[in-house]
Amino acid sequence: TLKLQHEQTLLGHEDRVWCVVWSPKGNILASCGADKTVRIWAKEDGKMVCRNVLSGEHNRTIRSVSFSPCGNLLISCSFDGTCCIWDRSKSGEFESMITLEGHENEVKWARWSACGEYLATCSRDKSVWVWEASEDGSEYECSGILTHHSQDVKQVLWHPSMELLVSASYDNKINLYCQDDDDWTLHQSLTGHDNTVWAISFNATGRRLISCSADQSLKVWELDGPMKKTGVWKCMLTVSGDHPRVIYSVDWCKNSGMVATGCEDDVIRVYTLDDTDGLSLSVVHAQAHEKDVNCVSWNPKQAGVLASCSDDRTIRLWQVVAATETKLI
Amino acid sequence: MSLENINPTVCPKLPPREGKVDDPFDSRGIFDLIRCINDPEHPLTLEELSVVSESQVLVSNEMSNSSVHVYFTPTIPGCSMATLIGLSIKVQLLRNLPSRFKCCIEITPGTHNSEQAINKQLADKERIAAALENPHLMLVIDQCLDVEIV
Repeated sequence: TLKLQHEQTLLGHEDRVWCVVWSPKGNILASCGADKTVRIWAKEDGKMVCRNVLSGEHNRTIRSVSFSPCGNLLISCSFDGTCCIWDRSKSGEFESMITLEGHENEVKWARWSACGEYLATCSRDKSVWVWEASEDGSEYECSGILTHHSQDVKQVLWHPSMELLVSASYDNKINLYCQDDDDWTLHQSLTGHDNTVWAISFNATGRRLISCSADQSLKVWELDGPMKKTGVWKCMLTVSGDHPRVIYSVDWCKNSGMVATGCEDDVIRVYTLDDTDGLSLSVVHAQAHEKDVNCVSWNPKQAGVLASCSDDRTIRLWQVVAATETKLI
Repeated sequence: MSLENINPTVCPKLPPREGKVDDPFDSRGIFDLIRCINDPEHPLTLEELSVVSESQVLVSNEMSNSSVHVYFTPTIPGCSMATLIGLSIKVQLLRNLPSRFKCCIEITPGTHNSEQAINKQLADKERIAAALENPHLMLVIDQCLDVEIV
């Protein structure tokens, strides 16, 4: 049996924290929220401290942040309809490099493809945009606008090894896209959730995808057949009954295979893989935050290290440890 | 703009609450927070128009699991103001209830043509957050909540 050990609470954001994410090397943490700032956290004397506050580029809530695969670029997505790419390759500190404009309203999420060549963004305007980086990476050109969702698009995500793009939406669907000649086209639509799909995450091999929803369930989708981007995905598992409210975040740890969820009930849950390939609920950490848990993120390098953020304005760091038996007497 | 419901039925208001109040966040206490919200169209309150009532406020006030569920009833099934009314109730509760309360605002089942779509919007905190950053919308909501506009 396991438990979540609280390691540290990071204070600084002045309003709801929407998103928290580790850099690819796992040494930097980025967060953002309704206070219109991005905060960069790193370790000093064994404790995570705020190293930098990025502000001034967005005039509304910053909904999410994400690192490029090399870790030198950071993208922030805002309700102001723009994304800002921040670069630290010159000075070591993140400086704003370019602003991506085009979405009609709130941009919710952005992710680079595994090789860093493509960037995908999504918005309440119902569209997913694919951007292509110039060779030196200093410019981005839109190379496709995907309008297959009928409602706002909450997240985009690239497959860890193939050029396969996934999006999750308020229309209850998960869409998969790949390139056909030069055009990005809809490859498959995964239906089954009965409410908004808030988040998606791949496992380490990329053969499985997990999704979480306002319908209070998790679904695991599996690639049927050989590993190719035109392969067909099928729902292999639905986990319901564990979450009494909206599940806002799900993250599949690429090292341990554990799955963490962030829920509207202020609880963080951790699942481990059981012998039959199912998910077994191993940790239910009640009152992990004082309000809704908006995002959970596994450290990509340090085993069992989890970051979470909440409407309570805090970011918390956790370590999954073996639960020692408590003696009653 | 023409009124959608020209001649609404007007109901009497509840008298003020008397005596010692043990729990300020029981259904009556929460009803008191929302009954004076102005209707966006009529010079009447949501209580007078029977859009909200005490029996339609459900409260669970346990320290570890506090929640409020408010059902509201639009005066006509095609009311285009339903989302705005729901938002006003939501904002009033967000501003006045302790943060431990989870608030759910829904249309009374069977009383609006777009019931499901409106309930889904009101339950999406991301869309609510974005809406509340819209200054024009906040002006209208503050008028409904009778907040002094500076």
